[in-house]
Amino acid sequence: MLRLEPRREPSAAMVYGAPVLAIALTLIAGSLLFAALGHNPAKALRVFFVEPLSSAYGLAELCLKATPLALCAIGLAIGFRAGVWNIGAEGQLVVGAIAGGGVALLFPNGGSAWLVVLAGLIGALGGLAWASIPAWLRTRFNANEILTSLMLTYVAGLLLQYLVIGPWKDPMGFNFPQSKTFHGDLMLPKLIEGQRLNAGAAIALLAIIGGWIMLSRSLLGFQVRVIGLAPAAGIYAGFVPRRMVWFTLLLSGALAGLAGAFEVTGPIGQLLPSISPGYGFTAIIVAFLGRLHPIGILAASLLIALTYLGGEAAQIMLRLPIAATGVFQGMLLFFLLACDVLIRYRIRFGTLGRKGALS
Amino acid sequence: MSVDLIAAVITAMTLAATPLLLAAIGELVTEKAGVLNLGAEGMMLIGAVVGFGAASLSGSAAVGIAAALLAGMAMALLFALLALTLLANQVATGLALTILGVGLSALIGKPFVGTPLPRLPQLNVPGLSDLPFFGPVFFAHDFLVYASIAAVFGVHWFLEKSRWGLVLRAVGESHDSAHAIGYPVIAIRYAATIFGGAFAGLGGAFLSLAYTPMWAENMTAGRGWIALALVVFATWRPFRALAGAYIFGGVTIAQLHLQGHGFDVPSQFLSMLPYLATILVLALISRDATRIRLNTPACLGLPFKPAQ
Repeated sequence: MLRLEPRREPSAAMVYGAPVLAIALTLIAGSLLFAALGHNPAKALRVFFVEPLSSAYGLAELCLKATPLALCAIGLAIGFRAGVWNIGAEGQLVVGAIAGGGVALLFPNGGSAWLVVLAGLIGALGGLAWASIPAWLRTRFNANEILTSLMLTYVAGLLLQYLVIGPWKDPMGFNFPQSKTFHGDLMLPKLIEGQRLNAGAAIALLAIIGGWIMLSRSLLGFQVRVIGLAPAAGIYAGFVPRRMVWFTLLLSGALAGLAGAFEVTGPIGQLLPSISPGYGFTAIIVAFLGRLHPIGILAASLLIALTYLGGEAAQIMLRLPIAATGVFQGMLLFFLLACDVLIRYRIRFGTLGRKGALS
Repeated sequence: MSVDLIAAVITAMTLAATPLLLAAIGELVTEKAGVLNLGAEGMMLIGAVVGFGAASLSGSAAVGIAAALLAGMAMALLFALLALTLLANQVATGLALTILGVGLSALIGKPFVGTPLPRLPQLNVPGLSDLPFFGPVFFAHDFLVYASIAAVFGVHWFLEKSRWGLVLRAVGESHDSAHAIGYPVIAIRYAATIFGGAFAGLGGAFLSLAYTPMWAENMTAGRGWIALALVVFATWRPFRALAGAYIFGGVTIAQLHLQGHGFDVPSQFLSMLPYLATILVLALISRDATRIRLNTPACLGLPFKPAQ
């Protein structure tokens, strides 16, 4: 029989070992999945995880895809640490895209290179406003933020659909559900000539550093951690949980909104009925895989971005359904949560009785 | 309003309510045992795709329903392994179950997109089903509609009147006490979680076999989450879950009817109604913090590890 034996102290080695173990298990399970789908596992894994990294284009795309993941995950991780479960980052991202895209559509002829900064700021405000709804419902009405933030994600998606089918539809767009393409002044500057990678990635990096400093060096970060680990101690110390709900939701909403604005003023360049392959949801996996730590999130966002690229490559080269990406991501989170048990427990085999009741 | 129209509206409401009710009644039992499984959406999707696939491959709706039931149970078992045996965070594990369910169902369902399937057969009682009004309203549904109503009565009886129902509630209220008396806390939680998975699977199967007999990616469209909200709305009581599911069914139907009658509001805004209604209802019901605290199983979402 398998049995869990508590460790005296949480294992620091396993805090970092668990993600590595989880990735290994995901690769094994993924190989089995590929074999079940009738593909050579070794070849499929190479297409999925190595091929995208073998060119400058691939590396630039990797950073491009990691940008929204990292931005959303930083905010979510700070919330999760405080015990605030914002599951609606996807909706906040969409509203950020609507708000940022709205600015872009307001200036169809551009005018100043600063306009893209304005679009980013308004996008962040949009996400913040959307996240303020679950924050208000939680603090004022005690309503569970998991469910309200998630419901609002569906509402945000429908709002975007309405806009691109209705008032914001490009009149010259052959009746396709899409807005006009944005003016160059409202597009993020490229970081590398000839690649799609843009300044948004640099901002994401700044957000990671900022999040790191905030969590480890500031009183606010300390409050977040204390309220999350020991609410009673936090209240005794004079921290206000209600304020933490507001702070973490608004922060994660603003970052998700920024990610949305960066998507439409970056790689997409217009508003479409769907502007994200679920970055806001996947960011939950990124946050956990990164141990809710900003530096970990940096690594995790790159890894998860790779599964998106790999999924696209596998779709083109192996005709694998794009859904394989989602399965990979889901399995990874599952294995990670399972491996996390090793932080606080040792796995022992054999029954208690045989080894002696007191051993 | 003609009698026929009223009958049609009630029938449509029943159809919209049934998947919510099935998932909610399962989750209610799970939560009564102290387990918070946020994976209802994922379990429903897997139930929907497996039910549809099995029914279309075997040509038998019964096989489809059975397969969906088993698939939901398998998903719940996965959750239980992680959350109950390996003591993973229940919120995170539930989210993982949904993320995995969304991806896996899309992968499994790929070959079935666009394939038609006959709708689940409806009950046909000679005489009764032909009655005006009462026929279509009460005697012309499919098996799962009746199963969902029967489950409400069954779960109510089990939780309130049976000995093991009392034990299950004790496990949810105070796992330490239940353990001290000698009840197998983990085993009971496994059973309650798997029961919840079975009903979420059935709810999914109802969507893909009866409500809209087809498979489409993400076809549950948040119904698993609405079912979770319904459990809170019902303050963990089966008959209130029944009422809640039918109210939500009504909102969904009102929205579809308004769209159908060319009501001058863009359809996207009408489609928002069920989600907005969920938020509104959650806020209203949660406002009374004391009432929620008194009704929530005290050990909901907490890990249990017996001392060795």
